[in-house]
Amino acid sequence: MSRLIRMDHTGHTTLAEWAAGDAASVEAAVAAFREELERGSIAMVSRGAGHAEHVRELPLDEELVIMRRPIAGG
Amino acid sequence: MAAEPAIPAALPLGDGAASPGLPELATVAWRPRATAVRLERRGRLWTLTTVAHVVPFVLVAIAMLALSPLAAPVALVALAHAWIIPELYAQRGANVTRPRRRAADGPERVALGLLGDLIDHDARETHARTGLVPEPGRLGSWLVGEAGALLVTRRRVYCWCVKATGHDLPSGDRVAHLLLALRTDEEGFATVANLAFSGARWRLRRRLPARQRAALDACREE
Repeated sequence: MSRLIRMDHTGHTTLAEWAAGDAASVEAAVAAFREELERGSIAMVSRGAGHAEHVRELPLDEELVIMRRPIAGG
Repeated sequence: MAAEPAIPAALPLGDGAASPGLPELATVAWRPRATAVRLERRGRLWTLTTVAHVVPFVLVAIAMLALSPLAAPVALVALAHAWIIPELYAQRGANVTRPRRRAADGPERVALGLLGDLIDHDARETHARTGLVPEPGRLGSWLVGEAGALLVTRRRVYCWCVKATGHDLPSGDRVAHLLLALRTDEEGFATVANLAFSGARWRLRRRLPARQRAALDACREE
């Protein structure tokens, strides 16, 4: 089961969970993903080994997709 | 409750060219992309600026004493200025690693769990002791805090002021935001962030809280 989470004031919130073979859960996850992008969040996937990647589409084969807020110089 | 998916621990940052750039770069489109050469140049310029602030006050102090020993108090004031200006700059650099207001225990615990999944055992220990997450990079060694990061190179340290937007995030999430951005695009991260200070490590070290000095010292030993 893959998860889409958003880092927020609660620590993080699970927005959607999906299984690649479950069309309904995938559709719900894609909708949640797009809604979060429209709110201004940035989607990240940890690639391990000190790597992370910014993704613009929900990567269905990933175990964990993290939505973060933009960063800015202080 | 389902177990959290395990995320592989961190190793040195890879080739930034292989990753897409940081999306936030669009908000600072006028800035040239930070590179090792540009950083070195900015560091030297920072040192030059500090010298330009200090030397006139020292010259004034010498001139006042040469004119009349009665002007010694004025000379002392000038010397105090020459001392305090570089110290204020170093303090500004140290402020980027200062812990921010904590959220409630529950959210802090959850956020710390996610951050813990993103980093390896040694980094978790360093974070627990110092509040900073060490992250090796191509530009140097990074120490990532809640509202800024230190880039430690062989000759100097760069203090970057940068944070996740919004003020309601738990401290672990604030660090995770910066860590993920740094891992996405190291040079882009240094471009988006604001440089608060650049100078010799010893200048910053004495302005850091005691518990964070160990993290800086560990970078020195690499």
